[in-house]
Amino acid sequence: MNRPHIQLKLFAGLAPFAPENSDRVPIESGVSVEELLRQLNIPGEKAHLIFINSVKCSLASQLQGGERVGIFPPVAGG
Amino acid sequence: MQNKIDSRLNQLARDGTLGDGTPCRMISDDDTMRLARETGLPGWQVEVRSLERNIQPDRYLRNRKSLSMSDQIRLLKAHVCIVGLGGLGGLVTESLARMGVGRLKLVDGDVFETHNLNRQLLSSTDAVGMPKADVAAQRVASIHPGIELTVVCENLTPSNAVDILNGCDLAVDCLDNIPSRFALASAAAETAIPMVSAAVAGLSGHVTTLFPGGPGLEIIYGPEDAHRAFTGEEIRLGCLAPAVNLMASLECVEVLKVLLDRPVTLKNRLLVVDLNDYAFETLALS
Repeated sequence: MNRPHIQLKLFAGLAPFAPENSDRVPIESGVSVEELLRQLNIPGEKAHLIFINSVKCSLASQLQGGERVGIFPPVAGG
Repeated sequence: MQNKIDSRLNQLARDGTLGDGTPCRMISDDDTMRLARETGLPGWQVEVRSLERNIQPDRYLRNRKSLSMSDQIRLLKAHVCIVGLGGLGGLVTESLARMGVGRLKLVDGDVFETHNLNRQLLSSTDAVGMPKADVAAQRVASIHPGIELTVVCENLTPSNAVDILNGCDLAVDCLDNIPSRFALASAAAETAIPMVSAAVAGLSGHVTTLFPGGPGLEIIYGPEDAHRAFTGEEIRLGCLAPAVNLMASLECVEVLKVLLDRPVTLKNRLLVVDLNDYAFETLALS
């Protein structure tokens, strides 16, 4: 049976932390965003705005597989 | 007074056509400004009167198919406060002046520095050392002397923010740091006006509009916390001109839509952009 996977998009300064397979990142069903970031060595303290399927969520939100996850660090320049 | 203006407008107007050949009455920029001097009215008020008499000011002819005459009148009557006159604010000032927003309040306490030249539209080698608000005012006057300007050569702070926003219909957040953005958002909520807000880092950015009674800036930046280290990614990534100009243009589209009560705005939504891979996505904030 195939492991569930997600699509992960990291914005701005988080982009260099994106895994090579960011379009198809394998996950354990039910994993939180926070735990997934830890597994992928992405600095969670910079995960400022978290979106799952285009809706604002939180580090505690759980993933089941099939989601599109977007993460923005704090951005304030002008 | 009104009869005199109307009679002068009719004298000065000429027959012409819109770009698609539609016949119309039009009036030159020189003539509207002459009438402003004759009557002592601000130029934007003469343009409003002209549009109300179905006479098109030449400078707005290419707005006409996207903006109705009543839309143009609403823009001319609007009073918009642009807070921050750097990368975002420079282009916002330029575009709102060209679209025909009649009254602008320009707020920034900084002077131009050499490191602004990579992206800030209003900066130039000649302007280094000059107050940004003064340079912005000169630019607006050269684009459209009929726009009524209020120049505030001070940075917005929690203590002056409400005074600065008083009398304005909308605020545009063109600031470059999180604490000032919170001060502006708080004052916009207190004065019950919408606030269009954008932020940039590197080739990424986001834009939204906060409305009175709706979620505040904490929906983007988390809770305001005086003890928190308020730094954004732009400190490390800097800001590049195309990203700044794009996000500023998106702010101008929001200003237009909010002022004209158009249905699709970024209320409760965040438009995020990453030009590294041309990602554009509109996200639900609540």
